[in-house]
Amino acid sequence: MRVLMFGWEFPPHIAGGLGTACYGLTTAMSQQGCEVIFVVPRAYGDEDQRYVKIHNASDVNIRQTYVRDDQFTENLKFIYVDSNLVPYVSPEEWEVLREESKTITKSYSTDLWEGRYNFKGGYGETLMEEVARYAVVASQVAKDLEGQFDVIHAHDWLTYYAGIAAKKVSGKPLVVHIHATEYDRTGENVNTLVYGIEKEGMMAADRVCAVSNLTRKIVIDRYGIPEDKVITVHNGVKFKQVSEEESVEKNIDDKIVTFLGRITYQKGPDYFVEAAAKVLKKMDNVRFVMAGSGDMLNHVIRHVAKLGIADKFHFTGFLKGDDVKKMFAMSDIYIMPSVSEPFGISPLEAMRSNVPVIISKQSGVAEVLDNAIKVDYWDVDALADAIYSLLKYPALHKMMQERGGDEVNTLTWDNAATKIIDVYKSLTK
Amino acid sequence: MKKICFYFQVHQPYRLKKYRFFNLGKDHFYFDDFLNRMVLERIAENSYIPMNSLLLDLINQYGDKVKVSFSISGTAIEQFEEYTPSVLDSFVQLSKTKNVEYLAETYSHSLASLKDQDEFYSQVKKHTELVKEKFGTTPTAFRNTELIYSDHIGELVSNLGFNIMLTEGSKNILGWKSPNYLYSNPIKQRVKLLLRNYRLSDDIAFRFPNREWCEYPLDAEKYLSWLRLEQGEVINLFMDYETFGEHIKAENGIFEFMRALIAGIISDPDMELATPTQVANDCQSMGLMFVPHPISWADEERDLSAWLGNDLQNEAFNKLYALRQYVIQANDSGLDRVWQIMQESDHFYYMCTKWFQDGQVHSYFNPFDSPYEAFMNYMNVLSDFEIELKKNNINIKY
Repeated sequence: MRVLMFGWEFPPHIAGGLGTACYGLTTAMSQQGCEVIFVVPRAYGDEDQRYVKIHNASDVNIRQTYVRDDQFTENLKFIYVDSNLVPYVSPEEWEVLREESKTITKSYSTDLWEGRYNFKGGYGETLMEEVARYAVVASQVAKDLEGQFDVIHAHDWLTYYAGIAAKKVSGKPLVVHIHATEYDRTGENVNTLVYGIEKEGMMAADRVCAVSNLTRKIVIDRYGIPEDKVITVHNGVKFKQVSEEESVEKNIDDKIVTFLGRITYQKGPDYFVEAAAKVLKKMDNVRFVMAGSGDMLNHVIRHVAKLGIADKFHFTGFLKGDDVKKMFAMSDIYIMPSVSEPFGISPLEAMRSNVPVIISKQSGVAEVLDNAIKVDYWDVDALADAIYSLLKYPALHKMMQERGGDEVNTLTWDNAATKIIDVYKSLTK
Repeated sequence: MKKICFYFQVHQPYRLKKYRFFNLGKDHFYFDDFLNRMVLERIAENSYIPMNSLLLDLINQYGDKVKVSFSISGTAIEQFEEYTPSVLDSFVQLSKTKNVEYLAETYSHSLASLKDQDEFYSQVKKHTELVKEKFGTTPTAFRNTELIYSDHIGELVSNLGFNIMLTEGSKNILGWKSPNYLYSNPIKQRVKLLLRNYRLSDDIAFRFPNREWCEYPLDAEKYLSWLRLEQGEVINLFMDYETFGEHIKAENGIFEFMRALIAGIISDPDMELATPTQVANDCQSMGLMFVPHPISWADEERDLSAWLGNDLQNEAFNKLYALRQYVIQANDSGLDRVWQIMQESDHFYYMCTKWFQDGQVHSYFNPFDSPYEAFMNYMNVLSDFEIELKKNNINIKY
């Protein structure tokens, strides 16, 4: 099986989880005998190419257009969207991107579609234009690589036009992969332009892969995609080989309950605060930590102050690399009370660090985990109850630690890869 | 003779360093030494040293006729000793001239008067002792942090043995009355109140460098004419000492203005300079001043909302004072020092969320980007301090 895959980023040049997911998936697929040509808008040359062949869209020379570009550009040509369209970018990174885009002087060429286009990659202000250009490049790539692939696979809306273009040129079947929908990113205030691209991609696709049943349901209900076209392919997790568990010195005797993620409505930070207040009424030797940053941070701080628990509730701000590890190592419980989460990889990282997790039933990862306590995100009493039990009953805590640690190591990308290869097979018969 | 009473506030807080959750339990040093030193050295150079030498000059020239008063917080004195001893020396020199009165206040410029009577008493005593030690005089007049005052606080101050107190001539307590007379506390009627003339004080402290002000540029002659026009027995001009050279830079002519103003007052046959205690000795109270709710000299509202105006501030304030019993039990000089510093009103000021007209003043010297950041940082420090306190108390038990 040979597949032409369109992504937007690839490790190590990633802004969020999309690139990581693509890397994990393609690695597993190639180990199962699938050849993957992975196209990114901009390759840097230091990508891990052991398992996939990276194709740099910026190096593609457009000789003629194989699809009428109007289709992709009628809405897009002159629209420079200045909003957060990005699935996995953190608020800090977004600030940086905004700053960057302000300093870049723009030059619009009327001669949009000839020669090479040097993609900026990433998620800047000219995102929409890049999405459209990427589609044009994709058609060229599909032409150049004619006969070298059997299926086309596109990850998230940024690449859907590229996927459609490649399908038009080559006539090969198209699979689109939903890592997050516009509803997951923005709640009900969807960007209709993005929604439109998502829907168009899914309609044009022969199969739609969703990262969870939750996401699958959104695809069916909100985008009107026929049920039999949509299948769930749960994400896996690929951990970096940890040479040695560095022991992090925990300096306080109190138990630590952690929330780690973007502090936005989707992640349900308020429910964590309410549950913390309830637990603190019953016990004293516990501290709650909210690690991360986001548009709701100030609101949450006020909430904590109002409840009078600020001496037991701490904020770390945005954490990077080693600090994330350190935070997990210090934690006794990890909590993800997301209101809506297509999948959610961070509980798995917590479990990997032997931290028991409590997750909301409204997260995709809840569908694959057994050794996690699952509560409805709005059920603050149940959440408080679960925290209290885990802290008070060492037997439960220990069991969750051990079984969770074992379970998380079985959640590899292999299952996802097998499932996707089966999809390819059914399409190429 | 109309009395002109200058009182200058000198205060510098110990600013907290960036203290993260990960520091908890292992890092018990909370202060940003580098920043504190930098701020102190800068202000000493811009303001304290040139203004002190200006006053010494005037005293050499005019002798006894120069009268001014200072309140210097304990944390400021500590930092002078630590970082800029020459500033302390010049204040000592001023105190030797007997032209200068030093006032009593809370040791760490705290808000204790609003929360904990015993803590308030002990802080005032601690500050009085420090003033005595450094300047050789025992204060006879009291000014509370940010001129915060209420009937109740006046009573507390009287219990400490002070019969003179300075506060704001706030419109909402004065009504039609003039701030240019003395009034008394209704509970302890021997406590005389000196009220700040905020219009004339702010003409110097705020409006002086403002080019959009219709009176710009203000010179001593014009200001003297306003003083002459002002009815009453005493005009209280109370302001931060950093006004001279730091808030208002030297190039605006503030030093020349002050020199000419003080010389002008001295040579005017109808005016004289006086310190708060002299004013209280020479003038009678004109009646009772009822202040049921605390007032201050801050912002448009003249209330407490700059320090205790939102949930963050109230939470931090309540959590802080809940620790007092542990501090007393611990009886440890190191912990006590941190306890003093954590009470500085400045920490609460940094958590203020009213960022409008007065925002500029609020952001001055503020090491934090946002009130939320200030709060998070403060609470992390407070948590570690609490852990340390409780650890210490366990040690005592066994």
